Order: sequence, then structure tokens, then C-alpha cells
Amino acid sequence: MSTVDLGIPTIRPQYASPSSNLRGTQSFPEAARGELDDETLRGNLSHATSTIQSKRASAVREVRDWQKLRNAGSALKWQVTDHLPELLEQLEESVTAAGGVVHWARDGDEAGEIVTRLALERGAEEILKVKSMATQEIALDETLEHAGIRTIESDLAELIVQLAGDTPSHILVPAIHRNRAEIREIFLRAMPDLDPSITDEPAELADAARRFLREKFLDMPGSVAISGANFAVADTGTLVIVESEGNGRMCLTLPRTLISVVGIEKIIPSFQDLEVFLQLLPRSSTGERMNPYTTLFTGVTPGDGPEEFHLVLLDNGRSAVLEDPEGRSALHCIRCSACLNVCPVYTRTGGHAYGSTYPGPIGAILSPQMTGMHGPDDPNTSLPYASSLCGACYDVCPVKIDIPKILVHLRAEEVDQRRETKGEFRGTWDVAMKGASTLMSSPGAYDKAVRAAGPLSKVLRGKNIGKVPGAVPLVPGWTDHRDLPKPGQSFRSWWDAREKDDDAPTRGEEQA
Amino acid sequence: MRISLMTTCLVDVMAPDVARATVTLLERLGHQVVFDKRQTCCGQMHTNTGYYSEAAPVVRSFVDTFEPSLDSIDAIVMPSGSCAGCVREQHQLVAQHEEDAVLEERVAAVSAKTYELSELLVDVLKVTDVGAYFPHSVTYHPTCHSMRVLKVGARPLKLLRAVEGIDIRNLPESDSCCGFGGTFSVKNDATSDAMVTDKAANVVSTGAEFVVAGDASCLMNIGGKLRRTNSNATGPQAVHLVQILASTQEDPFIPSETILGRAS
Repeated sequence: MSTVDLGIPTIRPQYASPSSNLRGTQSFPEAARGELDDETLRGNLSHATSTIQSKRASAVREVRDWQKLRNAGSALKWQVTDHLPELLEQLEESVTAAGGVVHWARDGDEAGEIVTRLALERGAEEILKVKSMATQEIALDETLEHAGIRTIESDLAELIVQLAGDTPSHILVPAIHRNRAEIREIFLRAMPDLDPSITDEPAELADAARRFLREKFLDMPGSVAISGANFAVADTGTLVIVESEGNGRMCLTLPRTLISVVGIEKIIPSFQDLEVFLQLLPRSSTGERMNPYTTLFTGVTPGDGPEEFHLVLLDNGRSAVLEDPEGRSALHCIRCSACLNVCPVYTRTGGHAYGSTYPGPIGAILSPQMTGMHGPDDPNTSLPYASSLCGACYDVCPVKIDIPKILVHLRAEEVDQRRETKGEFRGTWDVAMKGASTLMSSPGAYDKAVRAAGPLSKVLRGKNIGKVPGAVPLVPGWTDHRDLPKPGQSFRSWWDAREKDDDAPTRGEEQA
Repeated sequence: MRISLMTTCLVDVMAPDVARATVTLLERLGHQVVFDKRQTCCGQMHTNTGYYSEAAPVVRSFVDTFEPSLDSIDAIVMPSGSCAGCVREQHQLVAQHEEDAVLEERVAAVSAKTYELSELLVDVLKVTDVGAYFPHSVTYHPTCHSMRVLKVGARPLKLLRAVEGIDIRNLPESDSCCGFGGTFSVKNDATSDAMVTDKAANVVSTGAEFVVAGDASCLMNIGGKLRRTNSNATGPQAVHLVQILASTQEDPFIPSETILGRAS
């Protein structure tokens, strides 16, 4: 009798839940086209990103060992991805020992259910939130809203976005696409008690938001707040939140119950590692030597801060990212957003074109890995192509994620997927690329084609090629915007003519 | 030295003057240039668009062309930062993708002798003053892959500063991408257009007669935009670094030989 090898039982990592804010409705080129037409958006973006970018550059310049710090940050993050399961178990132990409760959420839906249950059990009607990418990612506000619980964003920019019924367009500066005149309008619409004589001076707008939020802080039915975390320290069970406004600290200290929803990649091995990241993060994100508020909290302490602490560890596609050795360093991201501010694509299209909570270069490698790329019609399939591969993102990344390399890797993965699916590999690009490959790997045929290009293009008038009709495949993408040089005599034809001249020993005599 | 010229496919067909100028310059400096007609393309377009399996035959063809003569030449030169970058950084990735260990070894041998033009001049031929004469105002665009993949640094500028008669103007936001990005310029044409529009405006703002770079592809993009927005053809023209370096008092650069020349 033969034996059947059933293999080692495994659980395949699953992608992010479809309800997550990780996928838009349009492909990047389509969405970008709309955003590029918006002159106000272009102005707001280029002003804000160039300001932050130059602040960052000077904050980084003054650190002599910046490259060593980046190397340290990268090494620590590789250590985390290499040992994630053990570190997570250690974190669970540390948090539990400090009086916290750890919950495991496979995806956004599970995390939403856990948080909703905890909030309902505590009778919460309104919940204050600390700015958090993870909860944006899993659309937690909407989930709680469905359960009849209102959430209020306490971060100024997140509040602007929330009050406008909008979505964030930047990791650090969620309302970067708005200018102050627009913000004044949003506040006037959403804050009924606001004095209509308010101007669009930043101080007045901040004051209005402060007064609006103070009332919420002091009157919190059920007394529950929700946060994310920048870092989760495995050996001590400490969570770290880095912020500028202080609203975060209010949320972390005032409520009776604190729920933190944290991506599993946010872990760092030991408390001491914070010395690296607390230098890298503020300089890379806001261009500050140090951020105004850094809150560290470990479980619960009777008489000090929340009486209950729940940590929801969120996977939501992260294990799927971890599974790919070439792409997994996308998980090293510390959400500084430096790559957004230097990206020539992001600074022109803005964040909404990416259709995900995570925009810009990091989003272009993170979102498609978290959701998977499901065929040519999946908007996230277009994200790895949303880059000119200029490499500016890699230069500024504080943990040295080689974003351009991963972008190309994901393109190859997407193309390979189609190549292996029967009947899928026959799009315009596929045909063009296959044809070019055949020609470019046949030196004889290629030689003939190159020599023919000049004479053939003689039928076209002028020295350059202008607009080409839309019926021609691919070329109009170029010629709609710029001229194309017309091939003349190829270099190799010129070379041959020269060789021939050199070989003719009588040439000089003939001329004489 | 005996130097093998890899023109790049784009230059051979679309900008042959760039390859001619390379021959002129290297011969003037006393070197022998060889050109192997079996050469086609480095495979960058396929690789960067994700078509690794289609890039593989192109990479094999590249290696078949240049490997046999490795012992008889001192260097392979490419007048392009991004193509030289592809050979040095990506050929290996393609070989790995194809799980072809033999190809991996072969590409390593070829790429070790492959240089971008400014690298060859400054690092291998140890020259910065090539005796060029170019009595014109220029502004220099560093090109992303020269700057960030090959890290050529100040080499091109050192070469330019030694040119007699040249007037170099600072380009605002010089290290920002021009928007070419290979197939990006077609796949994301609206975004690419927004990028090259800004680049062209920055070039125009310098008042320079020429925008110079080490990559014919980026120049084709910037020059194409300048041509399109400036149809009376009085504005700046795109010119390759090597065309400036090849120009001398005796044999000066002919302005019609730009990447996208003035309307004839």
C-alpha cells in the first residue's frame, strides 16, 4: 500500500478584507487625470509638499550619522520581519503582564467586530480617536457608525477631513489637499456654534477646532477612546504614539477605556530601539528635531490613566506581504511620509488618485501587496506602474525601503500572473513587448529594421513627429504631449559608411 | 584604450548624433572605438515594465554580443545613465528571475566592464578637461538614474565646467524627474505630462540656449515638450553631454544636431 503525503498543514495568509480602504474604484491613470485637472489641488499640494520637503532636508542635514541611523533602522526592521511570530507572542505576554488585554484580528472585519463589541459593552455613544492609519485602513469609523456609535477625530487635519465627509490624502497631513479658505468653509458648515466672522487665519481655525474638541473631551459618554500606535515594544509591552498637537495625549489619558488598533508590523524588539526610531521619525516626517508629544503607555496603572487597555493586533493582509521575500520590506514603513513629499508623481496627483489609505510611493507597493492584484481590471494592479522609477523615495526613506526595486518586482509579478493565465496575455502592451523582445534578440533582423527606420520615416513631413492620430496604439500617449524626433540615418549606417571610407586606401589620392 | 561602444537602441535610431559624437570624442582623446553590429538593446524597457521573461532573450543577446570580446577591450561605454544602470543593476535580476545561474555569471562579467560616459571619462580615462569648446549657455539636468542608480555625482558637471566658452546656468528643481520613466510616459501620460511641463518651464526660466543631460531618453522627453510648447523654435534645445564634449574650435557643434532639432 502506498502512503499519501498530506504535507504540513498550513494556513495561507489572507489578503485584506474587501471593506478596507485599500482600493479605489478607478485605475491610477484614470484617477490621476481627474486630479491633475484641479488647479487648486495642484497649488495646495505643491506648496505644502515643497515646504515639508525642505524642512526635512535641513533637519536631516544636521545629523552627522544620518546614514548610520538609517542603516540601524533598516537592520532593526529586518530583524522584526525575520522574527515576527516570536516577537508578537512576546508582545502579547508583556502587554498581558502589564494588565492589558490582547486581541488578534485576522482582517479589518474582525478588528471592527472586536472594537464594536468592546465599545457597545461599555455603553459608548461617542468615541474620540487619535489619528491612526490602521483604523483609517479598516474603515473603523464607518463600522462603528453602523453600530450607532459616533467617532470624533481629535487630530486637527483628520477632523477637517471628517467634517468635510472627505478622505485623507496624505499619511501625515491628511488634509494637505485643502487650503485655509476651504477649511474655514468646512468649519462653518459643520460647527453650528461657530461665529461666522471667523477669518481663515490658521490660529483662529485652530482655536475653533480646539473649542469644539474640548467639549468632546470633557463629555465622553461611555468614556472610550481609540488609537493606533507608532511603535509596539515587544520586551516591555509599551505602546508609543508620536504626535504634534497634544490631542492624542488627551485621548490616551482621559478615557476610562483605551483601545489601540495596531498593525502587526509596528512591533520593535526592545525599548532601547526607540532611540533609533525616535530620531528617524520626526526628522523624516515633519522635519522637526523632535516632535512635541511622545506618549508611552504600558498596560494599566491604577489611579493613572485608563482603567482598561485593549490591544487589537491587526493583520489585514500584512502576512500576505510578509510571504513575499522581495516585497516584504514594505512592512518596514514607519509612516513618516517623506517619500510622498519628494515623489514627483504624488506631488502632482495628490493622494486620492491612489485610492487607498496609503498613497504615494509606499502606498504603491503596500496597497497592492495587502489586497493582492486581481487581474488587469483591479485598480490596485495599476499602482506599481504609478511611478517613473526616479528613485527619490528610496533616497529619503528613513528605513531604506528600496521602493523602486519593489515597484519593478510587483510589475513583474503582475505580468507573470497574466502570462501564466491562459488567454490573458494578449493585451496591446503584451503584444508590443513580445514583438520587441523577439526583434531585439535577433541581431540580424534588428540590424535590418534599424537601418530601415530612417528611410521609412521619410514619408513623414518635417524634422519631428507631431500629434499622431488616436487610432494608432500606444504612440499617442507620447505625441499628445510632446514631439518625437524623426529617425534619420541610423548610427550603424553612418558607421558602415565611415568604415568603408577608411578601408579605401586610395581615397586620399582620388581627392588629390 | 580599446573601447566598445554600446550606442543604446534609442540613440542608434532616434539620436544617432549622440553616438557619432561619442566616437568623435573618444578618438580625439586617442582611443580606439569599436562597434559591434550584433548589439540591439539593454532590455531596460522590458525589465522596468515587468516583462522579465521577455527581457531575458534581450539580455542574453546583449551578453552574446559583448562577452566574447571582453578580453580584447578595456571598457564598454554607453552614453546613457539609465541603460548603463540597467546593465549593472538589473541584468542580474533578470537572470535570477529566469533561474539561470550561467547567465548570472555572464552578466556579472560584462557589467563589470560597462560604464556610463562620464564614468568612463573621469574614472577610467582620468580626464575632466577634454579640450572642448562650446560658446553657449547651458543648463544641466542630472537625470534620475545617473544620479540615483549609478551615482555619477558631479562627474558630468566637472566635465562641463572644463569646457571652454561655456556658460552654465543653475536649473531650478534640477533633481526632480523629467517625467520620462520609459513606458511610464505612455502608461501614465497625463502625470508624465505634468512633470515634463514643469521641467520644461524650469529650463526656460534659466534663459539658457541648451538643456544638457547624459541620457538621450530624458532629453527626448524634455526636448519634445520644449518643441511642442515652443513651435517657433527660438527657445532652448536639448543636447547630450557628449555632443558638447565633442565640440571643438576646429570642429564646432552644429545646432541643428540636437535631440529634437529646430524645425527645418
